[in-house]
Amino acid sequence: MARRQLQEINAGSMADIAFLLLIFFLVTTTMDTDTGLNRRLPPPLDPTVEPPPPIKERNVFTVLVNSNNQLLVEGKPMDISILREQAKIFIENPQRLEHLPAFLEKDVPIFGKVQVSKQVISLQNDRGTSYEMYIAVQNELAAAYNELRDDLSQKEFGEPYKLLVKNKKIGNNSEKIRAIKKSIPFRISEAEPNQ
Amino acid sequence: MTKFKKQKKDSPGISTASLPDIVFMLLFFFMVTTVMREVTLQVKIVKPTATEIAKLEHKSLVSYIYVGPPIKGLLDKLGPEPRMQLNDAFAEIDEIGEFVVSEREKIDEKEVGKQTFSLKVDTEVKMGIISDIKMELREAQALKINYSTRKGEVLTK
Repeated sequence: MARRQLQEINAGSMADIAFLLLIFFLVTTTMDTDTGLNRRLPPPLDPTVEPPPPIKERNVFTVLVNSNNQLLVEGKPMDISILREQAKIFIENPQRLEHLPAFLEKDVPIFGKVQVSKQVISLQNDRGTSYEMYIAVQNELAAAYNELRDDLSQKEFGEPYKLLVKNKKIGNNSEKIRAIKKSIPFRISEAEPNQ
Repeated sequence: MTKFKKQKKDSPGISTASLPDIVFMLLFFFMVTTVMREVTLQVKIVKPTATEIAKLEHKSLVSYIYVGPPIKGLLDKLGPEPRMQLNDAFAEIDEIGEFVVSEREKIDEKEVGKQTFSLKVDTEVKMGIISDIKMELREAQALKINYSTRKGEVLTK
């Protein structure tokens, strides 16, 4: 009986096929991971609800940006390179000065009673402000909050806030994050832009 | 007759048997690390840089709004004014309401609260158009937004 020899499949074109697929994926996909600044917009104004009472002048840190991308902070022109430091001083008010924000005692998990600042940062831009400048200002203000949170976290838990956020699923880190967020709340309010 | 007769050297040729394996490995690497392009961009976008950035999570819950000057091919027809693109086409600011509703219908009802609208905006764009977009988003109750940025130092002139 004649044994038919099994013929092997020629795999020489396998590489070509794989290359084809590879090139297809290279063309149709993108590598960039999406990163950015997360913000929450205020809900639309309800005309039937009365506006909240005005906030005391000492608790507000006004930042204005004009159409030439210049900053006016608390009524004085300022360079963006020192905005972060100024915002930190305002939020923290380390010497409890009269013209800087007042404090209110609040219950915070883990820490117990904490003096929480009543600060609000008010940001207003012009319609002619460039997007780049706007993001730069938003970034500096966020950096001020993040640096203060880092300091507090370092003091209380011995590790920076960034690390807590990164490992938020480990241990009671989410609890710690909540405590820090409550002690230094992130409050940037945006006014309607100038026409 | 000597034992050390010169043998004719026949170079064996490099085996290409492992080539498919290598290419497949590359293929899988790219399949895992990249994402599909969602739209064909009709606007030119150079994203601004920032340091305090966070990663956008849950890609399926993110919708994008693109703002920038039209790409080179369309410059003659449309001019350099920044425009907004939703999905694959240019749109006017007042179409955002509809866009938000249609994006909301795409996802699970329970996750509507987590839906994020990511603004991909060119650095040169003026804030006027952005403010209008933000106003429309507020009206449509789409309050979670994200300013898309690259990682890097911010300008400090």
